[in-house]
Amino acid sequence: MTVADDRTVAGPRFWHSLRFQTRAAQVLFLAPAVIYMVAFFGYPIVKNFVMAFQEYSTSTFYTGEAPWVGLANYSEVVSSPVFGKAMLNTVLFTAGSIAGQFVIGLALAMFFRRRFPLSGVLRSLILLPWLIPLIASGAVWRWILDKDNGALNRFLAAIGVASDHPGWLTSTSLALVAVILVNIWVGIPFNLTILYGGLQDIPEDLYEAAALDGAGGWQRFRYVTWPLLRPVVSVVLVLGVVYTIKVLDVILALTGGGPANASQTIATQSYHLSFQQFDFGQGAALGNILIAISLVFAIFYLRANRRAVDE
Amino acid sequence: MIRSPRSPRSPRSRRAQAALASMLTLPLALTACGGGSNGGSNSGGDSSTLRVLDYYNNDPGKAVWQKAIDACGKQAGVTIQREAVPGATLIQKVLQQASSRTLPDVLMLDNPDLQQIAQSGALTPLNDLGLKADGYVEGVVSASTYKGKLYGLQPITNTIGLFYNKDLLAKAGVTPPKTWAELRTVAKKLTSGGTYGLAFSAPANYEGTWQFLPFMWSNGGDEKNIATPETAQAVQLWVDLMNDGSVSKSALNWTQADVNDQFRAGKAAMAVNGPWQFPALDEDKSVKYGVAQIPAPVAGKPIVAPLGGETWAVPQTGNKDKQAKAAKVVACLNSDDNQLSLAKDTQTIPTKKALLEKFSSSNPNMAGFVDQIPTARARTGELGADWPKAATKIYTAFQSALTGQAAPAKALETAQNG
Repeated sequence: MTVADDRTVAGPRFWHSLRFQTRAAQVLFLAPAVIYMVAFFGYPIVKNFVMAFQEYSTSTFYTGEAPWVGLANYSEVVSSPVFGKAMLNTVLFTAGSIAGQFVIGLALAMFFRRRFPLSGVLRSLILLPWLIPLIASGAVWRWILDKDNGALNRFLAAIGVASDHPGWLTSTSLALVAVILVNIWVGIPFNLTILYGGLQDIPEDLYEAAALDGAGGWQRFRYVTWPLLRPVVSVVLVLGVVYTIKVLDVILALTGGGPANASQTIATQSYHLSFQQFDFGQGAALGNILIAISLVFAIFYLRANRRAVDE
Repeated sequence: MIRSPRSPRSPRSRRAQAALASMLTLPLALTACGGGSNGGSNSGGDSSTLRVLDYYNNDPGKAVWQKAIDACGKQAGVTIQREAVPGATLIQKVLQQASSRTLPDVLMLDNPDLQQIAQSGALTPLNDLGLKADGYVEGVVSASTYKGKLYGLQPITNTIGLFYNKDLLAKAGVTPPKTWAELRTVAKKLTSGGTYGLAFSAPANYEGTWQFLPFMWSNGGDEKNIATPETAQAVQLWVDLMNDGSVSKSALNWTQADVNDQFRAGKAAMAVNGPWQFPALDEDKSVKYGVAQIPAPVAGKPIVAPLGGETWAVPQTGNKDKQAKAAKVVACLNSDDNQLSLAKDTQTIPTKKALLEKFSSSNPNMAGFVDQIPTARARTGELGADWPKAATKIYTAFQSALTGQAAPAKALETAQNG
């Protein structure tokens, strides 16, 4: 502490005092962050929370009237026949996407840990799915997965597998699988990047020591890599869940939730209610359910993060 | 990085002052921006400028409409400040403007959206401004009417018909089908190798519902209750066509543009589509096509097709003088001459009964569509603002039947009660 801070000055001179100036500076430095959080996180969440209790329609925008309906929106969306299906799809979509992204991302991260010619170039090429706008890649995937003339079905027929042209986007049993596969493709770069970063932090001499003790490849992974990567893994998985559970663009671009709700998730259903049926109250109710689920995982994330810092 | 030793008094307080200064100027900067945008929207404060909002944002439509709107502005003695936004963002924009009370003086809306917006009270009844819809096709007027009052005037409309590839039909020795039974046999005959007999668009959205309507309505189906034998028969027709192999299963994910691509590539011998596809088809001279009416359930039964197109409304801006002038512009866009020229230039159909025959004779490919207009219906004619819910039920039901999840009657019943 400097001497100046300990000096207390009361009375009219307070406003010119250093203590006031210090306090003011603190407040002012905090202000931008606080204003930002309140305006862009606090307000929308509170508004969405309130909206879910209202009959909020197109008229509301002009009249400002949104009658209070209590829990009616929640009971309506939860009792809708689509809800159970959408919830199950959300769970399958999230679990499937995360499993695929993580396993492939980790395998690639391990692979790129070795240095070989062009490894840098290849690693950056793998980031490509991240760089292409989803509207564009979605259109290309739609073409690849087309039943009659899609590249995938032509390839499968050419190598003699599945010559009956499976309807990747038009069969109720395959549509969800197809959107999961595309979402895995989208998510690999994120998993690769974070896990690769985590691997870089593991000291090389541990591997040397393990090798001296006679540990093989699998044992090195099991007893050196995995324990040291654990904090990063939990962060990747939890963030992955929060990102995946709300995925909208991939599904809208590929199937629009169809056929017959086969790829409908809570997120796409919420979008449909709000922006196609103009029932903003019900859309908000469904959105809040999604936020609540994400929140549970966000708490896991914070705890995992704290543990990582402690370690 | 944080520098750990605290610096002595003077730099620190100077930093605080700098922060304070920047904080104080921030609101100034913000108000400056706000002032700028306010100035922008109020610049039309004098009633000699009218703001127009529509979604014809691609050429050639954009230029055609610009010309018509400018000419009508001139006639009403005003200058036009037009904004054309992408179709998908129009409603969002209108809702935003409704809540900030910055609605334009003249507003174009897709016809099934008009009643939604009229319900909020944001539009002026056109009767109050001296406009009437006499001589218009009834279906068109019903889309623009809310609670007995007229809120929009629609200069042009469109609908869907049956496109057919003349060469492929001649090769198979068939003529365009007129009934559902013929549709099935003809489509089957036309299916061979990589070519399907028919293509339609049946995705899980309103586009799918729009394509299904002529089959459902012509057979006596009704959106108020879709769990009826009439609607079930229409769903059954689509199911049969798909099970026959005459329609690709991919139709479940096709947009109407995709359907047109299939037709254009010769992969579908017939296609359910609208006249807006003419320019794309005419680009490629190799496809010789004709247009027939959608086949009827049985011979002689009238076709009830859905009406498309956009309607023009006058929002409540509070400026009576401007509203009167806006009404003049809307009336002018709907004049006989403008209806005819806009219809011709944008591949659409005029909405006044008296103009239909004249228009139909000018373009033989248009005739298939024009003939359906007098009996056509508006999607919101019956349910108004509740249409989106019914439309969702309809596509949910036919998708469920087409994917074999449930039989047509059962699928419709589930959707109706859902």
